[in-house]
Amino acid sequence: MRALLEAMVRGLGVGSVYALLALGFVIIYKATQVISFAQPAFMLAGAVLVTYLVGPAGFWVAVPLAALGTAVLALGVERVVVRPMVGKPAFVVAIITLGVDVALRVVVNGFIGTDVRQVRDPWGLETVTLAGLQVEQRHIAMLVTATALVAALFAFFRYTRMGLAMRAASYDQEAALAQGVSVGAVFALSWALAGGLAAVAGTFAAVGSSVDGSLWLIALIALPVIILGGLDSLPGAVVGGLMVGLVQEVTAIYQEDWPSWFGGNFSVVTPYVLMMLVLLFRPYGLFGTREVERV
Amino acid sequence: MSVGRPLLHTSYAADMAMFNTLTKKVAFGALVLVGLITPLLVPDRLLHLLALGCAAAIGAIGLNLVTGYAGQVSLGHAFFLAVGAYTAAALAGDPASRLIGFGVENILVWLPAAGLVAALAGVLVAPLAVRLRGLYLAIVTLGLVVVAEYVLTEWRSLTGGRDIGRRAATADLFGYRFDEPGALLTQDQKLYLLTFVLLVVFGLAGRNIARSRVGRAFSAIRDRDIAAGVIGVNLARYKTTAFALSSFYAGCAGALIYTVAGHFGPEQFTLLLSVQYIAMVLIGGAGTISGSIMGALLLMTVLPELTRWLPALLPFIGAFPTDRPNVFQVETILYGALVILFLIFEPRGLFGIWVRIRNYWKAWPFSY
Repeated sequence: MRALLEAMVRGLGVGSVYALLALGFVIIYKATQVISFAQPAFMLAGAVLVTYLVGPAGFWVAVPLAALGTAVLALGVERVVVRPMVGKPAFVVAIITLGVDVALRVVVNGFIGTDVRQVRDPWGLETVTLAGLQVEQRHIAMLVTATALVAALFAFFRYTRMGLAMRAASYDQEAALAQGVSVGAVFALSWALAGGLAAVAGTFAAVGSSVDGSLWLIALIALPVIILGGLDSLPGAVVGGLMVGLVQEVTAIYQEDWPSWFGGNFSVVTPYVLMMLVLLFRPYGLFGTREVERV
Repeated sequence: MSVGRPLLHTSYAADMAMFNTLTKKVAFGALVLVGLITPLLVPDRLLHLLALGCAAAIGAIGLNLVTGYAGQVSLGHAFFLAVGAYTAAALAGDPASRLIGFGVENILVWLPAAGLVAALAGVLVAPLAVRLRGLYLAIVTLGLVVVAEYVLTEWRSLTGGRDIGRRAATADLFGYRFDEPGALLTQDQKLYLLTFVLLVVFGLAGRNIARSRVGRAFSAIRDRDIAAGVIGVNLARYKTTAFALSSFYAGCAGALIYTVAGHFGPEQFTLLLSVQYIAMVLIGGAGTISGSIMGALLLMTVLPELTRWLPALLPFIGAFPTDRPNVFQVETILYGALVILFLIFEPRGLFGIWVRIRNYWKAWPFSY
């Protein structure tokens, strides 16, 4: 029981990182109706940027700076390769972002080099005892950061002019344009937001370990998360992220008892298995909007 | 039958013919001839790359059938390639070794078997494809690759395990070995001819599928699946067919590619492999057989050959994986950049460039 509860706290911590990543995907999807496969590269870029900035600036300054830098990078990518493709099929743009991801990741990997790069966070693998449970501090930090960011985002969408503009543009681009919303600015801001979120998520994914090329595999897990939650649902992304984190960590403690032909690392693929199971029954995810089909 | 413009066909059969102009017929014959005499003119090192290109082209045609013709975006091609490659390797493997092997080395057995097992996998995946559209399908097929990577890494008695791998299927035709130098031809020449002949067969079959009732149903589904359903195309059946056919091609391609390469491990079937095939299809030209072949040859033969020369031209680029930057990094960046540039500037791919050149000379000296 204790092990289960501890695994659940771990799951919520890891899941909140997934949620941050998934939010980036969903924000871009809502604004542009495109899944940006470039998110893994931004996540890696953000984490690597933190490892470079943390020396002179310290962790708490490095993370916002890296988020800002990654946001600018995402803004550039959007302006150069995605904006010219407005109006083209979503699939084409998605593949373009895939190309960006492949190319950008090689460049970022070049900056990682062969040495171990760390984000030098204040938590490491330290634990703390909460209500009788041994919990790693980093998982608490992930959960708290994610909660704060999610709250800020939802407030932004709910109460600001720009947030309203973004919601309007995601509802109907042409109508929003006619009302004076700068849809171009909405596109740019959504990519920048997604880039910043990816950078923060990347940093927290590397807390307690080091930044290497395989970090982007974590970003891939955000894909089953958004499918699970529904492509166009912000709450879905958060719930989906936490769910996937929980399932993954809980599977991880039980898989040792499973027959050996199952392999010792099944928890790695649980997000994908979960996604396929959910999709067989709910093709638009748990919270996604069912597409209205017209001929 | 008219030659040149305008392309007027006097019968439906002429319009739907495999080669609807005389020029195409002649050009196809000439290309096959050139392909057949290539082994005599080209060094073995290049033939090896060409053989890989031909085998990959079969896989690219497969992906083009499902993505280019039927419009079902699949990022799961690496999965089907893996199924084919391991079916063939297991069938042809040595029964005495520690890995699964049945010792059937005849290519007439393991090649169709690789295709059929992969096609079966395609049919099993199809229910998801029938229910999902567009990007949802892309992500689910991506999930397939991740799951397959896990299964292959764990299933050591089949795959040999990560970074160890196993010997690929050996090509043997009733005692005639393709993977050993013979009296007349070297090993690379034999393997090249094998893959080239198979590419011609698979290419013609692909073109035949594309122009038939099935191919037209695919195009209808791609253009608007609900409209296709309304005019009587059975969506579930044709989407399943598309996946089965595509996987059959992928299975055969997977078996052949690693037969040429000789050795392979589970770490090769990653998302990047799927992306490479997507790149072949998009750079070559979605919805064209000849485009798939051009794309595969560009990425598998021309690009590696070009990047081989890079360290000599640009001294700061290293030739070994340990150097930074190295040619492999440059190659990966080129994949990404080529896909982006083609999609922005020439969405019809290499095939589109060819059409432009052809139309220019067809109308010459007039520009209209």
